[in-house]
Amino acid sequence: MTTDQFFLMRHEILLVAVGVIVLVMDLMTTPATKHRIIPVAIVLFLINTIIGFLPIETGKIFGGMYRTDDITILMKNALNIGVFIIFLQSAEWLKNHEEKFNSYGAYFFIVIASLVGMDYLISSGDFLMFFIGTELATIPIAALVAIEKAKIKSSEAGVKLILSAALSSGITLFGISLIYGTTGSIYFAEVSKVFDGNSLQILAFIFIFAGVAFKISIVPFHLWTADVYEGAPINITSYLSVISKASAFFILIILLYKVFYVIPEIRNNILYATSILTMTIGNLFAIRQQNLKRFLAFSSIAQAGFVLLGIIGGTQIGFASVVYFLLIYVFSNLGAFGVVAAISNATGKENIDDYNGLYRTNPKLSLVMMLSLFSLAGIPPVAGFFGKFFLFMSAAKQGYFILVLIAVVNVTISLYYYLLVVKAMFINEQENPIERIDSDMYTKIGLAICAAGILAIGFFGTIFDFINSKAFGSM
Amino acid sequence: MIENIGIEQFLILSTLMFFIGVYGFLVRKNLITMLMSVELILNAVNINFVAFNKYYYPENLQGHFFAMFVIAIAATEVAVAIAIIISLYRKIRTIDVEQVDEMKY
Repeated sequence: MTTDQFFLMRHEILLVAVGVIVLVMDLMTTPATKHRIIPVAIVLFLINTIIGFLPIETGKIFGGMYRTDDITILMKNALNIGVFIIFLQSAEWLKNHEEKFNSYGAYFFIVIASLVGMDYLISSGDFLMFFIGTELATIPIAALVAIEKAKIKSSEAGVKLILSAALSSGITLFGISLIYGTTGSIYFAEVSKVFDGNSLQILAFIFIFAGVAFKISIVPFHLWTADVYEGAPINITSYLSVISKASAFFILIILLYKVFYVIPEIRNNILYATSILTMTIGNLFAIRQQNLKRFLAFSSIAQAGFVLLGIIGGTQIGFASVVYFLLIYVFSNLGAFGVVAAISNATGKENIDDYNGLYRTNPKLSLVMMLSLFSLAGIPPVAGFFGKFFLFMSAAKQGYFILVLIAVVNVTISLYYYLLVVKAMFINEQENPIERIDSDMYTKIGLAICAAGILAIGFFGTIFDFINSKAFGSM
Repeated sequence: MIENIGIEQFLILSTLMFFIGVYGFLVRKNLITMLMSVELILNAVNINFVAFNKYYYPENLQGHFFAMFVIAIAATEVAVAIAIIISLYRKIRTIDVEQVDEMKY
């Protein structure tokens, strides 16, 4: 293997470099100067994000264990932007919880380590890399979820996450071992050649699907989601619900398109059922939530149901529309979480009722929140509408009209609860609303990027064409 | 010695271990025991990999490698899980899963 080939992994190498630099610089700080690591980490990560956009060769290394193509790189860049926004949003939270951290370097390093795992996951070309990537992505996050040592909820969420993650990875592994036993290979390319859809392989497929579905919190496997999201520190919640979910979706598409395309009926039936369940149950639970973190958790479950709609036919346009939707989802969900984080950091309030009259005191925050919720709900001028539109279109093209009908009904239901929050902010009054919040510069930049992304992606149609030209259909 | 043992025995053993692990995970009330159940699942997977490799595909070593990675990663998983369980124990003085119910629907 030559150096050129080695640099195919540029995204991962850069991330590791950033992580190590942050960790080493962190050693040189004293308790008095430890806050200086925050701007350093953010600037380094920004540089990494920008370098990620430079053109890069594609190909595979390690005998096909690791492969990149244009759409993988696009996805990695989207994840980089998402993590950059999360870093911006977490600066204030880190400063508020100064006494809990001996140093801030660990926080940044753990998030970057997990992101490296996700990059390897979406680049994986065999089941071993897939497994290592999932674990590298999940285990650091469990540690971060439990990082607030003083809160019982935080540890509880950590326990729930790591135990259910361990079970799910065990089940996935059992599926992989059956695949290996029946096909004699763990490489995606070779497995798909000899995959003939006998009953043992179908069992293996269901096991593997269950493991990935757990990461995305598709409905029968969603029970950990709300508790973990509520207990975790809010920036970690946004990381889990956006970055972790987006990368798991991407690898699910790769698995379905490149390995399990031999059994289209079973694949489509499973996706059909889980899609309906996920949309409906996510929506119904979201309606009754008062805590905004739980509310966003269930709304993100419902969004996952819509994404499954795009995958169902195994078409190229389905792939493109899912990636497009995920790109929009990164901005809109991070916008919503950013506002919740800013308010929670300043006042500690996280309930919908607390937001009554927010527009009078914090018009800008309310506007960003409104934009994000409109985008999540899919109201026309903002980007979320186009994301949903392409997903539904790709399912309708395959002839799944009943499924699309159910999805549209679910979008209407979701509109109800998203608008409840908007109503609380703009119409409802209360005697002592949340006071005017002066967020720091990082939060402001983060929210501005989110708002710009939500508005811009919808208006530039070329983005979808670009993604569509890079996507591919089921083999 | 091993000539007398067919692959069926290994597969029966590993399947039993897998489902005992799943059952234990769902039924046990102690967090550490739940972790041990997960270990049972992972070891069932290891047996599967090594048995398949030895009997069906002796020309490559993918199964053996996979088993080694599973062992290593299971160790890291347990290390983090135990750390989190200890931090929980310090607060609520129990590792009974029924007591871990701060958050509910």
